[in-house]
Amino acid sequence: MTPDLKGFILVSVIKILVIFVITLVGVAYMTLLERWVSAWMQDRFGPNRVGPKGLLQPIADGIKNIAKEETLPGGANKILFILAPALAFMPAMMMSGVIPWAAPVPVHFDFSLPWLGRFSHEGLMPIQVANLPIGFLWVLAIGSTGVYGIALAGWSSNNKYSLLGGIRASAQMVSYEVAMGMSLIPVLLLVGNVTFAAIVASQQQGLWFILPLFMSFFLFAVAGFAETNRAPFDLPEAESELVAGYHTEYSSFKFSMFFIAEYANLMTFCAMLTTLFFGGWDVPFTSWDQTPGLLQTIATGLAMFLKVTFGIFVVMWVRWTLPRFRYDQLMATGWKFMLPVALGYIVVMTLAIFAIDRLLPGLSGRIHQLLLFGVNLGLAYITFFLADRGFIISGSSRHTLPSTLEGASGARGQG
Amino acid sequence: MAIGVKVMKRPTSEVSYVRATLKGMALTFKHLFRAPVTMQYPEEKSTAEWSISPRWRGTHRMMTDEQGRSKCVACGLCPQICPANCIKLVPGEDEAGNRYPLIYEIDEFRCVFCGYCQEVCPEEAIHVGVHYENAEYSRDRFVYDLERLSAQTHPVSALWDPADPRGE
Repeated sequence: MTPDLKGFILVSVIKILVIFVITLVGVAYMTLLERWVSAWMQDRFGPNRVGPKGLLQPIADGIKNIAKEETLPGGANKILFILAPALAFMPAMMMSGVIPWAAPVPVHFDFSLPWLGRFSHEGLMPIQVANLPIGFLWVLAIGSTGVYGIALAGWSSNNKYSLLGGIRASAQMVSYEVAMGMSLIPVLLLVGNVTFAAIVASQQQGLWFILPLFMSFFLFAVAGFAETNRAPFDLPEAESELVAGYHTEYSSFKFSMFFIAEYANLMTFCAMLTTLFFGGWDVPFTSWDQTPGLLQTIATGLAMFLKVTFGIFVVMWVRWTLPRFRYDQLMATGWKFMLPVALGYIVVMTLAIFAIDRLLPGLSGRIHQLLLFGVNLGLAYITFFLADRGFIISGSSRHTLPSTLEGASGARGQG
Repeated sequence: MAIGVKVMKRPTSEVSYVRATLKGMALTFKHLFRAPVTMQYPEEKSTAEWSISPRWRGTHRMMTDEQGRSKCVACGLCPQICPANCIKLVPGEDEAGNRYPLIYEIDEFRCVFCGYCQEVCPEEAIHVGVHYENAEYSRDRFVYDLERLSAQTHPVSALWDPADPRGE
């Protein structure tokens, strides 16, 4: 092995360890934040007993979960029952590997170790485990394998409620993955590249993509809620109907694995939302962060951290605001609203970009994107004010034949 | 799928899911900054909004006179009126002819905290107390004897006054 390759492996291993540890600690404190946010929104204090202001609560929770009894239900498929938490946990951890957490930092070293020989590294080191050429497709692909863990957990538990939860989870994730993938195609239209580095660079040149691709952002955010099984899409663990859904039979650290996986997914989702639509690690209104350096890396890492934390807060905010969907509403939203809107949006954006390029050639990136923002404002108005009249989330009565309803004329769209 | 559900003709501003969502989120955001109404119980036992009622009927207390003897004259009215039959009283009499309780025990597990004993007591000796922290490690400890009843220091319950029914 060349010293360069060994240096690369060394750097990669360190990055994997650091990001793994940060993810786990982040997940632990996200559980605390979730409990705080829920408490504050319900005029309560939240955890405030363990440690100063309750800051050591996640550690107490972790110890409790490790120390609890492991149960194995009678009639459970033992192998799959044990394998399922790992299958849910691994994709969650793998996804965060491609997110760029900060600006690349220049790293230079050249040293020798006994037995191992010479290590060297020269040039910029991206703050992401792997700068994959397939970019966010990796996140979508690995994210969809996470459903295996959940479906297997539901099936192997030998419990009707778990099975129903698992089935719901798989149906939901498969349905919303389609809309999620479709909602990201307009990003490709603007950037022309799937790697996160190119997407962030493109947003540093122009505007953050939330403006020119607002509907894309909206669709991706909604689909992301469904993908991470967060409220209002948390039907797989609807406790009023299914006890706890697919993880009803799990206890102790196996349950923790599902919990960690759920929050790690949420973190990756927020990081991806940040990277795709909020400029990634870009510090807004400045350009000094684009020249590589250690200080810039720290500042951009902080910017990324703040953006992701705000995203997580919004997700929790939504969870403690909205009630859960009914199952038919969930499916109808996914297939009858999200997917057609995403497909239509691709068409409209393609036409808009084509028209702007043809009619006004040579526009600067920023003006170009502002024009697209205008198009998006129009689309958002149509979607939220003209179309959203009981069509997006509808009562079940809309599914009955109008002739069976008393005074049915004019009933459409009033559900 | 429900059949024949009546369709409400609501205004469009109410059936719009996105606008309703934003309204709800504004509401929860307002609550983020509202002070919690929780009372931090073991540290604070009463707040400006809430304090224990003076008519609270809790575990009993036996009053004593200046010499430290209990005021009870063992008349037997309290075991007589007690609906839960939780008071055990064995009367005694000293050389001067004064009656006093040889044994006076209240089983606080049987007690229904009606307060009749306090109402009926001619000597104002037995009282129900304004007190609620009674945890013990064993069931026997809930049979309070005379010594223990006399050693209680918590305030006693104020009886309901028919002339002032709302306690003003």
